Amino acid sequence: MIDLALVLEWVIKSLVVIFMLLGGFAYLTWFERRILARMQTRVGPNRAGWQGLLQPVADAVKLVFKEELIPARADKVIFVLAPILTVVPATVLAVVIPFGTQVILFGRQVNLAVADINVGILFLMAVASVAVYGIVLAGWSSNNKFALMGGMRSTAQMISYELALGLSFVLVALMADSLQLSEIVEAQRTMWFVVLQPVGAIVFLIVTLAEVNRAPFDMPEAEQELAAGFHSEYSGMKFALFFMAEYQKMIVISIIAVTLFFGGYLGPFIGRFPWLGPVYVLGKVVALLFGMVWIRATLPRIRYDRLMDLGWKVLLPLVLGLVLITATGILLADEFGNSLVWSIPVVSILAGFLTVGLVDRSLRRKFNALR
Amino acid sequence: MAVDFELIMFFILAGVGIGTAAGMLLSRSAVYSALFLVLNFGAVAGFYLFLNAPFIAMAQITVYAGAIMVLFLFVIMLLGAEKLTPPEVLPWQRPLAVVLAGILILEAAYLLFLRTPGLGEIQMPGFGPDTSPAAIGAILFGKYLLPFEITSVLLLTAMVGAIVLVRPRKQGGGQE
Repeated sequence: MIDLALVLEWVIKSLVVIFMLLGGFAYLTWFERRILARMQTRVGPNRAGWQGLLQPVADAVKLVFKEELIPARADKVIFVLAPILTVVPATVLAVVIPFGTQVILFGRQVNLAVADINVGILFLMAVASVAVYGIVLAGWSSNNKFALMGGMRSTAQMISYELALGLSFVLVALMADSLQLSEIVEAQRTMWFVVLQPVGAIVFLIVTLAEVNRAPFDMPEAEQELAAGFHSEYSGMKFALFFMAEYQKMIVISIIAVTLFFGGYLGPFIGRFPWLGPVYVLGKVVALLFGMVWIRATLPRIRYDRLMDLGWKVLLPLVLGLVLITATGILLADEFGNSLVWSIPVVSILAGFLTVGLVDRSLRRKFNALR
Repeated sequence: MAVDFELIMFFILAGVGIGTAAGMLLSRSAVYSALFLVLNFGAVAGFYLFLNAPFIAMAQITVYAGAIMVLFLFVIMLLGAEKLTPPEVLPWQRPLAVVLAGILILEAAYLLFLRTPGLGEIQMPGFGPDTSPAAIGAILFGKYLLPFEITSVLLLTAMVGAIVLVRPRKQGGGQE
């Protein structure tokens, strides 16, 4: 039966996750702008508050007071609905992620996860696949050619990369023998999966960049070609919602990557002090987010057809091969002793090098044909 | 609690399911129809969760709401078929439909209320703990391995066929 205290616990935990993502969003924008500025030998926002720490507040106030515009020929219902549909999946994704083991709080055993369900990975896939609606509907309802093209691009891109994303989930599920995220983390007590699946982790990180439409895969909003793409017609708080969704997705995707490949809440002394779990997750997430910003500062945007080619002709076959390698490795380890599990990283690194070599050869050939 | 919590949830879900289905049929715009259908798939996924089948619920959302309906939406938007044109009205169609529907309802009522001695509770065997993804996987790759593999070959054939159909034809003798 449903226990009132349990309901209260769920509500409080959900609120904590929501506010964590909101605060994370606000300060991730500051983090990104400061880091980008550093990398481009600028200073970045440093006027509002100490080191510019109040800049997100100033931005929020500015956006609230901006005029909200709905184009005359737009589909009003969907136009208003689209930003909400973009934010909700980005937030909901976070509920299945474990931030630690159990802690004692007010005399209760509390799990540091909102809902640690046994189909956790499938839940992530389901929500990620629904997340595309917000962008495509925003593009369509704006009744604007560029917005529509941005929406279309993002649909094609997200569907294409979902395949490789799903298969890299399969890699982890095979290794951990479970779809439950807390069990996946526990399976990494001896060894983080990034050690056993180095190529899988890299593929996962590339694919998630494409899923959240970050540079160098930010085709849906390519400024030069599409005038900001799917959100050209949005202003004020509705634009802020899109912005929020993008940064929340960055955070959530980083938490997922940490959970699947980088040992989640595990770290030294986690057994003795369970409160260290969220701290470890935070540290690892900040490291990954720094990597994302670094990539944005470094790489130019990929051409659209190359992006599709990369998804379908490079990443998908590679990750299919990795699934085969992983399954074979696990079978060998079961049959002939545990040390054979090391065949997985060895063979998958070889497969990774083979893929890079083939791509290099194909690009060289195209270049020579042009000359 | 006097009122069964699950019963209330069931009726809410059922209302959403029927409402969205009706919305899909009645809506004038193809995009709205598609969106109603997505909501309907969500309600069906909710029912699967009630039946203690989380795996199928997640598969329902991923496959139908996430993949198939996005493609539908894509096609609708690309073809610019958002607004349905009012269909041609065939004069004899509507009375015929009314008569046929009436016959169907009468027959269903006869079978339901007069022929059967009251509908009993349906026993659902096997709805126990083994709806977990692990159990489903074991059954799928054990007992039903052959049908599963045949399905995958069928899907692969369909995919290859689709690629061959839309492949750009090479110009005879021309260079790239």
